[in-house]
Amino acid sequence: MNGSADPSRPQGALDEQERQALLAIADDELVLGWRDSEWTGIAPVLEEDVALSSIAQNEIGHARAIYALLSARSGAGDAGAIAAGDALSSVPTAGDPDALAFDRPPEEYRCAPLVQLRFVPDWARTIARRVLYEAVDELRLERLRASSDEAVAGLAAKIDREEAYHRLHAEMWRERLATEPRFQAAVEELWPYAVAMAEPDDREQLERMFEPKTTPSNSLLQGARRGAHADGWRELWNEMTEVRRSVPGASW
Amino acid sequence: MTSGVRSTEPPGSEGIGVAGAGAGIWEVFRQERKGAAFEHAGSVAAPDAAFARAYAHEQYGRRGESVCLWVVPRASILEVEDFVDELNRNYHRVDGYSLKAKLKEARERAAASGSVPAS
Repeated sequence: MNGSADPSRPQGALDEQERQALLAIADDELVLGWRDSEWTGIAPVLEEDVALSSIAQNEIGHARAIYALLSARSGAGDAGAIAAGDALSSVPTAGDPDALAFDRPPEEYRCAPLVQLRFVPDWARTIARRVLYEAVDELRLERLRASSDEAVAGLAAKIDREEAYHRLHAEMWRERLATEPRFQAAVEELWPYAVAMAEPDDREQLERMFEPKTTPSNSLLQGARRGAHADGWRELWNEMTEVRRSVPGASW
Repeated sequence: MTSGVRSTEPPGSEGIGVAGAGAGIWEVFRQERKGAAFEHAGSVAAPDAAFARAYAHEQYGRRGESVCLWVVPRASILEVEDFVDELNRNYHRVDGYSLKAKLKEARERAAASGSVPAS
């Protein structure tokens, strides 16, 4: 750990490992929020339309808060450290969360393939992903809440309080669809993606939460690893950044 | 919002069982601030208490407009609507009785006697 845990130096650079973890979470939340919002207006029932849209909006709000923290704490002149890859030239200036969210090339996003997949109009997979995602998210937020960096721990606790409602939503659906063959098949299909998305330290606990599921094969995990990009990712990136790219530098 | 059931389900969502025959109507009452009376806010269609809770929470609480909700299955509500008044017993009613005027008179009397300042 570096000196950023010292509350008297709140503007210090983030611990590098935490910075990478936070960027991954922000990208996950942004992209999952985007995917789930594709149901807005066409969800199976009106109440669910409102609920899922609201959850999607929350996830994007979480991404925004994390990007803001990353921008504010990127440290003087080292915004490049935020990017996963080596293409430092494309990395936006520090201090602008929107730039972090939208100005990176598609291959630099750290979101897991689980959140990139497009499921509309398949409700079973949409819900299976929500259930698996919330489980992984809960484990990593728990770890961040224990961070010695007060800003990181505080933000993780704040996000977790909202995620509690997302977990209730996922849990009620999981119970309701538990015996539905299509839902079971969807969980089976997405399980390797969920394990691959989880930090190695969290995987054992995740497997306990979904017993009797077991560790997926290495080849399955490899295809679903963070940093890999699923089918449809480039199209989603195009759509997501289209307006911002249309007038570079504009203030919206 | 009682018309929770979409007329056409998107493909892939058939039989998910939250709408249609399985979904009951839940009436939602909301409290705006602690200590205030609960007022009817609307309703949600939901198959069980867990769904009703989540849907009521999202629709009547996510903007901070409520501090508490009562979510009640519509079937649990006892409806009373027969109010006959065949003999026109208008002495049970309060129409024509102006409390405002009487209050004003009382205040004036009190002010004149000097016991309470006029307001």
